[in-house]
Amino acid sequence: MSAIAEGRRLWRSIDDYLATDAGRAALEAEFPALAPMLDKASRRDALRLMAASAALAGLGGCDAVQPEEKALPYIDAPEFQVAGDPLYYATASLFEGYAHPVLVKTMMGRPIKVEGNPDHPGSFAGTDIFAQAAVLDLYDPDASKAVTHLGDIRAWSAFEGMATARADVLARDEGRGLAILTGTITSPTTVRQMLQLRARFPQMALYGHEPVGKGRRTDATRLAFGRPRDLHYRLDEARVVLSLDDDFLGPGPAQTPNAARWAAAREAARSAGAASVRLWTLEPTPSLTGAASTDRIAMAPGEIEAFLLALAHRLGVEPGTPVDLPPDRAALLEQVAGVLEQAGERALIMAGAHLPAKLQALALRLDDALGSLGRTLVVSEPVAWQGEHTGSLGDLTAAMRRGEVDTLVMLDVNPVYTAAGDLSFVDALERVPLRIHVGRQQDETAAYSHWHVPLAHAFDGWSDARSVDGTASVLQPLVRPLNGGRTVHEVLAVLAGEPGLDAYEAVRRTWVQILGEDDFESKWAQTLSAGFARGTAARRRTDRVRPVAPDGAAPQPDSAIEAVFRPDPSVWDGRYADNPWLQELPKPLTKLTWDNVLAVAPALAGERGWSNGDLVHVSTGERLVEAPVWVMPGQARTVVTLYLGYGRRRAGRVGRAIGYDAYALRRSDEPWRLAEVVVQAIDRTMPLATTQLFHGMQGRDFVRMTTSEDLARGERVEEEEPLPSLYPDWSYPERAWGMTIDLDACIGCNACVVACMAENNTPTVGKEQVAMGREMHWLRVDSYFEGEPEDPRVHFQPVPCMHCEKAPCEIGCPVNATVHGPEGLNQMVYNRCVGTRTCASFCPYKVRHFNFFHYAEAELHQPDVPISERGGRLAQRNPDVSVRARGVMEKCTYCVQRISRARIEAKKEGRPIRDGEIETACQGACPTRAIVFGNLVDPESNVSKAKADPRNYTLLRELGTRPRTSYLAKIVTSEQPEED
Amino acid sequence: MATTGDSIFAGVRSYAAADRKITRIPLHYPYPKRWWIAFAVTGFFVLVWLVSVVWLFWRGVGVWGIQMPVPWGFAISNYVWWIGMGHAGTLISALFLLINQGWRNSINRFAEAMTVFAVLMAGMYPILHLGRPWLFYWLIPYPNTMTVWPQFKSPLEWDLFAVSTYLIVSVLFFYIGLIPDLASVRDRARRRWVKMIYGVLALGWRGSARHWKRWQVAYWICAGLAVPLVVSVHSGVSLLFAVGLEPGWHSTLFPAYFVLGAVFEGFAVVTLIAISLRTIFGLEVMVTDRHLDILGKLVLATGLMTAYGYLFDSFHAWYSGDPYERGTLMDRLFGGYAWSFWATILCNVVAIQLLWFESMRRRTWLLFTIAALVTFGMWAERFMLLVTGLYRDFLTSSWQSYWPSFWDWSLFAGTIGLFLFLFLLFVRLVPMISIFEVAEAMREERADG
Repeated sequence: MSAIAEGRRLWRSIDDYLATDAGRAALEAEFPALAPMLDKASRRDALRLMAASAALAGLGGCDAVQPEEKALPYIDAPEFQVAGDPLYYATASLFEGYAHPVLVKTMMGRPIKVEGNPDHPGSFAGTDIFAQAAVLDLYDPDASKAVTHLGDIRAWSAFEGMATARADVLARDEGRGLAILTGTITSPTTVRQMLQLRARFPQMALYGHEPVGKGRRTDATRLAFGRPRDLHYRLDEARVVLSLDDDFLGPGPAQTPNAARWAAAREAARSAGAASVRLWTLEPTPSLTGAASTDRIAMAPGEIEAFLLALAHRLGVEPGTPVDLPPDRAALLEQVAGVLEQAGERALIMAGAHLPAKLQALALRLDDALGSLGRTLVVSEPVAWQGEHTGSLGDLTAAMRRGEVDTLVMLDVNPVYTAAGDLSFVDALERVPLRIHVGRQQDETAAYSHWHVPLAHAFDGWSDARSVDGTASVLQPLVRPLNGGRTVHEVLAVLAGEPGLDAYEAVRRTWVQILGEDDFESKWAQTLSAGFARGTAARRRTDRVRPVAPDGAAPQPDSAIEAVFRPDPSVWDGRYADNPWLQELPKPLTKLTWDNVLAVAPALAGERGWSNGDLVHVSTGERLVEAPVWVMPGQARTVVTLYLGYGRRRAGRVGRAIGYDAYALRRSDEPWRLAEVVVQAIDRTMPLATTQLFHGMQGRDFVRMTTSEDLARGERVEEEEPLPSLYPDWSYPERAWGMTIDLDACIGCNACVVACMAENNTPTVGKEQVAMGREMHWLRVDSYFEGEPEDPRVHFQPVPCMHCEKAPCEIGCPVNATVHGPEGLNQMVYNRCVGTRTCASFCPYKVRHFNFFHYAEAELHQPDVPISERGGRLAQRNPDVSVRARGVMEKCTYCVQRISRARIEAKKEGRPIRDGEIETACQGACPTRAIVFGNLVDPESNVSKAKADPRNYTLLRELGTRPRTSYLAKIVTSEQPEED
Repeated sequence: MATTGDSIFAGVRSYAAADRKITRIPLHYPYPKRWWIAFAVTGFFVLVWLVSVVWLFWRGVGVWGIQMPVPWGFAISNYVWWIGMGHAGTLISALFLLINQGWRNSINRFAEAMTVFAVLMAGMYPILHLGRPWLFYWLIPYPNTMTVWPQFKSPLEWDLFAVSTYLIVSVLFFYIGLIPDLASVRDRARRRWVKMIYGVLALGWRGSARHWKRWQVAYWICAGLAVPLVVSVHSGVSLLFAVGLEPGWHSTLFPAYFVLGAVFEGFAVVTLIAISLRTIFGLEVMVTDRHLDILGKLVLATGLMTAYGYLFDSFHAWYSGDPYERGTLMDRLFGGYAWSFWATILCNVVAIQLLWFESMRRRTWLLFTIAALVTFGMWAERFMLLVTGLYRDFLTSSWQSYWPSFWDWSLFAGTIGLFLFLFLLFVRLVPMISIFEVAEAMREERADG
């Protein structure tokens, strides 16, 4: 028996096996470290060692995702973690240094989805696109993974040793020659550490640089109040708003709360049966605020300035010399002034943060005069740290040029890319003997730095930050630093002479001061689990505005072309350039993806014979960029808009070398405007990828409007009775899902679109495929222009699957791959789909998307990247949602996985599904709460009530498809003539 | 004779002569050099076809120009075009057999071959067109462990049955009709293996009276089956569009409109082939001027019926008052694809008006040109109907133009090459004109005369 066994090299136990040469070879291959021990140790010992190392390997695996310190989940305690069940942690993502409080859904230790934090006092129930996309940035495969010195990988300890030694040297001379460059700082821990550094290095120089940031708001408030102040718009209190080029609904750290308040204001007006908030927007280039306005007037910056001065004169605030306005503007002024005066303290005048400080201060004066200061416009202590003696990037450049900087620490900034073109920042930078860069990527600045330290993401390191209302949040890591990134606090600790201090300890030290030592642990736990510390909002101030002496009317604009700079609505100042979701996100008004453009007015394009995609040279002095033209309806005639954030030279594979770099034209003394630019067509064009080519409704009524008068008369927008059908009706004894989308609340911010991608594993397809019309967004936001191209009204309409009751797609499919579900969903059975695309042909809404290629695999990156490095983004995928293969149709499912989860929970607890228990991803992300989802069988559900609203209507009702997704009509003021 | 009094086969001296002339072609091919050149050229396109198919399977249907809102493109419009072409073959063979039109006998064989090959070309498109072609059999209702049936409300399902039935019946009809002639070739073949092959294919045909009787019953049954299939198949094809709600598609006119268009196109292609074969092989005695005259009349008649379809499709779009239908009509007339509409009108309506005149019908080159124009015109029409229904449908936000990619074109060129390649094989290997039927027609004609 044994002879046979040995002859055939069978083995009965692992001991037998290890005794063979093959066994030993296998062991050596698997556990090389054990191999030398084997000779000395007995087999049993070897096994014990193997078992131990296997167990440790397992622990190591835990260590890779589970934080050592105690991070507390939002509701459930970790011991309740059930495999496959999500855990939510309250934390915050960061945007320009400000916290965006969020709940992050983790599945088995992987953060996969971001939701708003509805408990946060700053109105963060929804999110913006950046918070939604943050979870993908976490897994950026091109994030830097190691400390480098001159491009070579170094250990963190090497950096620590170098920095400690340097700091000691610097400390001897009170820190002379040390300069630190940061973005906006709201983190209490960073502030504490900065003060610590200041104590150690009294001569250290601090510089702040935010390429977009708050523009000149700080200067303006300093001018108006004598001290820097933050302004908060209480839109829910306002009746009349005049926005002077202030895109308060556009992207920015305050977008989510502003949008929530804006929706609340409209809701309040609606339920009171009153006309909605009146919003005038004067702006040179279209924005989301302009789109939401009752009246929007395209004006060049100079005209806006003149208008404000004239308004001040008219309201008797600055009684100086009157300003001459053209007759139509004068009439507008009269109208606006009258309504503002009438509204008094319920009026709100806001001026864009990038306008000259004096003008902003003047606007504040007007608010003060109207009585709205303190009512609709709340003033508070600044949320961001106003470090003393903080200089600008220009100051830093000058100091470097003078040779005053010998150690420069750049914390999470990328000045080599974002510095204004006229600074010649790189030349100055190269004079600094020691340059240290702490950042998420080996970016442009890292390339010019001696040392680069990888920065942890907001979701994988300990930190803290304050949201725009000042409420402080602790940022808890949801995974161990994926790329071995370090937090800012760890770097600052090294400089402060505390090497080895970890971020957790640094943050807790700060929070002991904030929460007090009494009962600290429980308060800390509470803060972590809630995601914020109550009562830490910025203190309100009731300062009066000092008189400002405005510079007088600027010369009226002549025919020359001026340029304004705007952050890109999707990639902002370039920091999100490597996020494929954001790159492929159609920009709200143009629906462009993967590029930035030069926006020009239709009239100007007509005069010059330009059309979309024509390349032009935009130049000022010697600096020049080559940009594609985009004809932008609603653009002021003499103004062209340059969008920041593109033309990255050193970014990851996604964001590199696309678009043009508008920073090259920027001037440090006037970063927002170029008074005169030369725009010259060159005889070339470039393809641009948009997801919507036509923005006219062609006389059709996709977006319907009604007036408060009509509603008061009880007029329904659409009759309730559905059109007849030959097919028998479906029956729904218990549940039938439905959705309404309130077009009066929708501001077109796109948060729903990104949320949908994150939730449903929707692949990105790249520019070429988008240009072909193959983008995969299950939910799109259509934008329509109405009226004259010079100043059109803009309407947004989010379009998910309509889940038709009489669905044409269900008729078309020959293999039962798209079927009507028992709860009314139009279901897509991916593994049954053979890809005839009949459903898509028959779909009147064209909400279906087809995997023409294997996009889900392709988006993980190019074949030249080893598979081991491709996988980063795989970890983000939602395990509850199938990843679709090539040749398969896909579309909005109403987040069926969330419905299933709720159904299971309800069944376990033996109760019906509660109304509001299921939130679709788009609904959860919507900052204005425009989307309502629920059970139509239940007459008391929110969605049933919304459907009973007289504003309810369905898209393309005449086709008899009976959509389950319906819209609530926009309310327009009746004095506006109904056009078209 | 049901046709008019003048003789069709006036030029042929005897049945035996007709027989010899036709069987000579597969056995002693008269123009081997030309054939080989043509074979090489079409062979190249068969390679193009192969490469296009392999690349398509390798990469996915994304290699084509399709997108949203035009998820159907060349694959479907070419499918409709190919299958339409087949219908005339069936009609000539079966319908005219049933209504006793003896003149058909010299053109029915290659018309039938054309049908079979065209249906093959057509049939491959819906499979290539699938996102996951390896699962095409899920459309077939077969008992399976998934216990899922196909969805019988889908027009694609109807098409599956229609096309597969049509293919089977067409092949059967073609083959049954071929049996006596295969026997003829067998009898004249000299080499043993040739005898063997044709012998097996001839199924032991000895030409006995009983054989003839049974054969005729079978042949007539097949003919009886094939004729209604023409109507049902192409009605099914049209429902592929008409069942959808898309403007420009959702019309009850479509089945009739599509069937007539298909027959029209088929007659044009038969005319092209008849003229080509007659010119190349000097078969003027068999494919006579009289034949061409009749084909010309048929092209004209079916063309006029198709024109009626154009007129009323447009009229209804306007008369419905439906903004989407009207929008699509305007797109057809003046939109981005107006060229395809006007090409359709020019080729299918205007050009055929010359065929009113007998002198024109009898000018071979002119008839050939018109038939070629109609073949192209029908292709343009199918493309126009498909694309204009989709590229600007209801929501303006989803409007986008469709342009076929290189691989769309290469596959299309490949299918044309493959079709001609098969046709060349047919010409070389099979009596391309029905020997016994011509003989029969000649006998009847003489008996009448």
